[in-house]
Amino acid sequence: MQRYSVFAVAREALRFHKGWQRAWRSPAPKKRYDAIIVGAGGHGLATAYWLGRNHGIRNVAILEKGWLGGGNTGRNTTIIRSNYLQDPSAAIYEKSRSLYETMSQDLNYNVMFSPRGVIMLAQTHHEVRGYQRTAHANALQGVTTEFIGPDRVKKLVPIINIHGPRYPVLGGLWQARGGTARHDAVAWGYARACSDMGMDVIQQCEVTAIRRDGGRVTGVATTKGDIACDKLGLVVAGHSGVLADMAGFRLPIESVALQALVSEPIKPCMDVVVMANTVHGYMSQSDKGEMVIGGGADGYNNYTQRGSFHHIEETVRALVETFPMISRLKMLRQWGGIVDMTGDRSPILSKTPVDGIFVNCGWGTGGFKAIPGSGWAMAELMAKGTSPLADPFSMFRFREGRFIDESVAAGVAH
Amino acid sequence: MLILTCPNCGIAADETELSPGGQAHLKRFGPGSDDSDFEGYLFLRDNPRGVHFERWRHAMGCGKWFHAARCTVTNEVFATYSAQTSEPPQDVLDRITARRPDWQS
Ligand SMILES: Cc1cc2nc3c(=O)[nH]c(=O)nc-3n(C[C@H](O)[C@H](O)[C@H](O)COP(=O)(O)OP(=O)(O)OC[C@H]3O[C@@H](n4cnc5c(N)ncnc54)[C@H](O)[C@@H]3O)c2cc1C
Ligand SMILES: [Zn+2]
Repeated sequence: MQRYSVFAVAREALRFHKGWQRAWRSPAPKKRYDAIIVGAGGHGLATAYWLGRNHGIRNVAILEKGWLGGGNTGRNTTIIRSNYLQDPSAAIYEKSRSLYETMSQDLNYNVMFSPRGVIMLAQTHHEVRGYQRTAHANALQGVTTEFIGPDRVKKLVPIINIHGPRYPVLGGLWQARGGTARHDAVAWGYARACSDMGMDVIQQCEVTAIRRDGGRVTGVATTKGDIACDKLGLVVAGHSGVLADMAGFRLPIESVALQALVSEPIKPCMDVVVMANTVHGYMSQSDKGEMVIGGGADGYNNYTQRGSFHHIEETVRALVETFPMISRLKMLRQWGGIVDMTGDRSPILSKTPVDGIFVNCGWGTGGFKAIPGSGWAMAELMAKGTSPLADPFSMFRFREGRFIDESVAAGVAH
Repeated sequence: MLILTCPNCGIAADETELSPGGQAHLKRFGPGSDDSDFEGYLFLRDNPRGVHFERWRHAMGCGKWFHAARCTVTNEVFATYSAQTSEPPQDVLDRITARRPDWQS
């Protein structure tokens, strides 16, 4: 692999940029692999990457029905934080956040990780108590967060109106080491590293059936023919229910559309990420200057990748009250992604009723932040059959009543 | 915007007037049932990409529950029908197969 560096840029500049190589190969599928990962979103690619890096399993294919990172990985608002309430969540999200800190160096690919800090506003007394509880839990878990008062909030975010008539800002949960990263770069960086280890990243290859023999997986049927494998990882987010159906089991997942939008670019005005969960809105400013905005998900199952308009209206209404200066901004683009929601709003990393099939899904509205840590845990689970980070997130927890309840703590948060 | 006609009061209601209630025709389990029955009833869902039978409440209208058959990809509504039934009526199934000949329940 051609390494990227300041010298490489200088060298290529001198030869008119004619020497750059393709970042990854686009091979035809082989007949058989040790492991196949379905879904080339961040979680699928990170799983393959750590299978190779940590466990030496490199005869791996990653199959993607569309294009690399064209699912939720390329549609999200890139908030990275690890201030969750329950211990298993804190463990996997904090692992992930810390892996983001070194990702650009690990992958030799600039993912533009920007640990600019994330504030979750407390706008009701219930929320104040909830976030104080989270801050205490985080202290025990070794995750650095603090509960701050309205004056600190105003200092960190000068454009905020803390005296909103209906929901004044009463404080906030502040994670100084949270932030954002470039979503496409995360997918591209992992794809390049996987390809470099000899793995096959195969785009435009939809899995249409899962072959089994006596309760064990033997391979998949795809739009590019049949491919055999020993182990199969299903990492398809919103389409997990569809793939589970192909493999003959059910999942506690419902798929809904979640939307985001961005404004025209403006001068730098906010250098942290602000989330307002009571009023259903959050905002950050991209390096290009666009205000990146998101809100609530649809209430009913759908695969429309569009979402209901009234959610946008609600989000924007709430944000205009919180940040009065954005009221005259023009919006440039709006889009939706299909997110996979579980009953306790925590993900699933699990063995399945079919031997050799593993599933990683249920990240719902908040899995971008989890990509490197989830891949780390999923790879260990696929290689060894068990993983301390993944085991609490088994799909069988719903039968056993071992929920990892983040719905109260996280609200609509991403 | 999704518009569903409430079979109770006959009003064509915008989705902002309605509350979604999830998958319809779930089989309920009571005391004495085993863990996997409860798991199925409480958590496991069909989540199809296509025809979906679901519950809705006309929350900002007559307040009553009803059922709908809808395509989760296009949001096409095949029919809305009474909540007082444990499975989709034949005329609803017929309407779905007329629009989706390959569909199997
Ligand atoms: C609008 C929006 C905002 C969000 N904001 C945030 C945020 O701020 N912070 C955060 O942490 N998270 C956020 N999320 C959530 C985050 O985007 C997801 O949890 C995460 O990207 C999921 O990654 P993934 O790799 O599991 O799925 P995806 O990136 O969706 O990848 C799954 C892939 O599987 C492929 N696939 C599906 N079916 C098949 C098949 N049959 N054969 C082959 N391939 C198939 C799909 O094409 C897709 O590329 C947001 C999501 C949305 C939609
Ligand atoms: Zn009605």
